[in-house]
Amino acid sequence: MSQEELQVKSPATPRNEDSFIQGVKDCIPTLLGYLSIGFAAGVLEKTAGLSILEIILLSAILYAGSAQFIAAGMIAAGSAATPIMITIFFVNLRHILLSAALSPYFRHLTPFKNMLVGSLLTDETFGVAINKVARRNQLNEKWMHGLNLTAYLNWIFANVAGAYFGQWISDPEKFGLDFALPAMFIGLLILAIVSRKKVKLDVIVAICAVVIAVGVAFVYPGNVGVIVATVVASTIGMVIEKWK
Amino acid sequence: MEVRWDVFLIIIGSALVTFLPRVLPLIVLSRMELPEWGIRWLNYVPISVMAALIGQELFVQDEHFSLLNYIELLAAIPTVLIAMKTKSLLGTVVAGMVSIMVLRYFF
Repeated sequence: MSQEELQVKSPATPRNEDSFIQGVKDCIPTLLGYLSIGFAAGVLEKTAGLSILEIILLSAILYAGSAQFIAAGMIAAGSAATPIMITIFFVNLRHILLSAALSPYFRHLTPFKNMLVGSLLTDETFGVAINKVARRNQLNEKWMHGLNLTAYLNWIFANVAGAYFGQWISDPEKFGLDFALPAMFIGLLILAIVSRKKVKLDVIVAICAVVIAVGVAFVYPGNVGVIVATVVASTIGMVIEKWK
Repeated sequence: MEVRWDVFLIIIGSALVTFLPRVLPLIVLSRMELPEWGIRWLNYVPISVMAALIGQELFVQDEHFSLLNYIELLAAIPTVLIAMKTKSLLGTVVAGMVSIMVLRYFF
């Protein structure tokens, strides 16, 4: 590129960096992940007995992979609404951290615009946004909408595709689809531990959580174990960290 | 293509408890900050909840402790290793599904 071209292009660069289209482009590397996990979720939602319209509503209104897997599993098991909602609340409580971590970069927006940014926040879009922010102290609203909406539409599409093909998959276990959920939790757990550099303490907390969850399930059936384990193990981690 | 009333309630309720933690910090924290112990506690929530869910998936069957689904336990081993090696969520999910397919083929 010649010197002249560089000079012509450079003033336009900051605006392009922040555009809606750039947000769409920055989402592309994550699309394959959304497609495959959304597809697996769609198949499981279908085999859990949900109709296509229910699956569209689930992915469009709830829009959270792990929560949708849990909802599908618990609906199939005949669980009532309240335990499903409590379990999903705790699973998605981690979004507080993502939302809180992004809040300094959107201080220039009104509360309503902040709500729009947050409503489509996911692990993946957070990852892309926090990478972007490494070089600046503000994030552009339009760029964030481009990123969020691309992920959102792709997710709904993947769910519907999974539901559609799920009609012909009579035995999802044969394709290991039932293991997509535990595998996803394993992936999220390991990724979280690796990214935090507090490996020893994190492993202690994780082991406590497993032991408590399984122990409670022993004496008290249902999903109470996950909730008790989350509250107690997080407190153990907090106390050990403080005490050290 | 029908939408059942109870399923609709589950969708709306779950969406609400998901929406609030997504948007409240973005709205509120531009004005105030969480107490330090609260942030510390929240820091361990993702680890705890994922580990508890994994424990429930692998060791609890029909609402009771069980080592009967040993194929899932075995499949968890390569899944963990691939997760540590690739640090990719997609790679981990694919590895898990392939592992359990192969194990079910042989056992």
